[in-house]
Amino acid sequence: MSEHQYTPKSKFGKWFNDRLPLLTLANHLTDYPTPKNLNYWWTFGGILTFCLITQIVTGLVLAMHYIAHADMAFDSVEHIMRDVNYGWLIRYIHANGASMFFLAVYIHIFRSLFYGSYKAPREIIWIIGIIIYLLMMAAAFMGYVLPWGQMSFWGATVITNLFSAIPLVGEGIVTWLWGGYSVDNPTLTRFFTLHYLIPFLILGLVVLHIWALHVPGNNNPVGIDIQKPSKDTVPFHPYIVIKDGFALLMFMIVFAFFVFYTPNILGHADNYIEANPLVTPAHIVPEWYLLPFYAILRSVPDKLLGVIAMLSAIFILAALPWLDTSKIRSAVFRPLYRQFYWILVADVLILGYVGAMPAEGLYLLIARVATAYYFLHFLVVLPILGFKEKTLPIPLSITEPILGGSPNLAAAKNKESLNIK
Amino acid sequence: MKNFLGIFTLTALLLGFQLNSYAAEKVEYLKTDWSFKGLFGKFDRAALQRGYQVYTEVCSSCHSMKYLSYRNLAEKGGPEFSEAQAKAIAASFEVKDGPNADGDMFTRPGKLSDKFVMPYENVKAAQAANGGAYPPDMSVLVKARGGGVDYIYSLLQGYEDPPAGVKLDEGVYYNKYMYGNKIKMSNQLSDGLVEYGDGTNATVEQMSKDVTTFLMWAAEPHLESRHRMGFKAIVYLIILTILVYFSMKRIWSRIETKV
Repeated sequence: MSEHQYTPKSKFGKWFNDRLPLLTLANHLTDYPTPKNLNYWWTFGGILTFCLITQIVTGLVLAMHYIAHADMAFDSVEHIMRDVNYGWLIRYIHANGASMFFLAVYIHIFRSLFYGSYKAPREIIWIIGIIIYLLMMAAAFMGYVLPWGQMSFWGATVITNLFSAIPLVGEGIVTWLWGGYSVDNPTLTRFFTLHYLIPFLILGLVVLHIWALHVPGNNNPVGIDIQKPSKDTVPFHPYIVIKDGFALLMFMIVFAFFVFYTPNILGHADNYIEANPLVTPAHIVPEWYLLPFYAILRSVPDKLLGVIAMLSAIFILAALPWLDTSKIRSAVFRPLYRQFYWILVADVLILGYVGAMPAEGLYLLIARVATAYYFLHFLVVLPILGFKEKTLPIPLSITEPILGGSPNLAAAKNKESLNIK
Repeated sequence: MKNFLGIFTLTALLLGFQLNSYAAEKVEYLKTDWSFKGLFGKFDRAALQRGYQVYTEVCSSCHSMKYLSYRNLAEKGGPEFSEAQAKAIAASFEVKDGPNADGDMFTRPGKLSDKFVMPYENVKAAQAANGGAYPPDMSVLVKARGGGVDYIYSLLQGYEDPPAGVKLDEGVYYNKYMYGNKIKMSNQLSDGLVEYGDGTNATVEQMSKDVTTFLMWAAEPHLESRHRMGFKAIVYLIILTILVYFSMKRIWSRIETKV
């Protein structure tokens, strides 16, 4: 921020800014030089901020009417749906909002994987992002428990039971998590407390995520370092603000369609049956956004190893900046990586599919192969690829292809054929 | 932009397939035209009123509807009985109230603010009266079953003689749409079982459709306002998106880069 020598125009503004430089901060945010070639995959950062705020605001209203008690939680949700003014709207926004949040975060993560946004000097942004993602999963899982339906109850039972795989202390930890000898009222009240807390932790981490982003500045589809500010950049306001706004509106149309026309399609019907500790549902499945990890968990025959595999699948992402040995960021100039990238996308989708299916026969076999490939991609393919791959020549600047006559015209042409802009 | 939309649509489609398979069991349910489906879907008022009649005369002797109150029957977007009719319906039920000043429980005629009277005192009593099976509460039943309205509609008409080789215990019936085909509820509907006030012929098919419509409303009492608001919200968003698109084009025209 120090590079901006910003002085407020008004006398009061100057007086205030000398004491608390909020206006300098605002000026930094509006002037923030952003690469002008960012494509629409980059708009999901703003969309995610919108998702977080939507979840917090609707969640606050829901918390005013919800009762965190095993005997009353289900009833209070129905009370919200029927008798609270627009309670159905607020709850459907919150429930579908969780899915939209994950949809956006997966696009955001896979964008980062494609364009190498996790590489130096942006490792800290990436790691904070992974922590946010972990907290999102925790918040979503606990939120799903709150309506106290059958899937809530049994999902909570399955997931908390994973801790029993820890040798020696496992059982003790599970009892401690439950606050009793089974998932019951104490479990519900603590999940509610944590579900309320975590979004604010996420909010704090989002501030750090953006702060860490504003130090090196945005990566871009070409993946090269650029001069800031320069011909290659535009000020955040109005250029990026309006573009993010446009993308956000398109996202909201999809969001609205779910909320108003198919509000229950992303949930499981069993969650409209009140929790019953004596009746186990035929299939216990998590929400769609956790399915790939659920598939990894179930593909390992040993419980402890399964839990380790599932957690490793997430934590391995944090090591990605060091596992990927290639100096080139953008997959646009990495012909081989580009192919492996799409195989990974397919692999994760397959994992998600088999995660929803019963863990038996062919499904189990597919889940095992896909799990093995997932780890292979990060532990073997990426480190080797960095040394073996013949990358395409990268342009010197974003504007260079337009100027023409550069030594890297071939690359520039290639870039155009890929339709980056 | 085109590239982006292409990949986005493709991924969305793939996810869609995934969700579709996630919805699980592929049974061909009986189909009928539901008036409440689609962008402008509304309940058929007469069907809701007939459905309520089927519920009270047939289902309610075993199935509770604990989240509904008699006032709901007169509310907008529902069966829309007149307030006098809803009051009369409520008054036809005996409601347990109390304790009074002497500390005694007493019964009185129902009021609009009362919840639907439960057929049994508690779950145990319900099970005892039904051969150990608990007739599920019907308030959100449609949303609590994978196939939704089509499933309930089919189930009501799905009773048949068991195929050769299928043995049924005492008090268990064969239904081709039930999960596992064994159901503890016997076939409840037969042609002409209820006498509709509006002269509609009470066939099994008609009653199934009416009562399922009623159950859909019971589970989603705000469905009509949801559809109305949804249409307005989406039209509003589309217009705003178009306006913002042109503003964006205008702003970005100051520099050479396309958006």
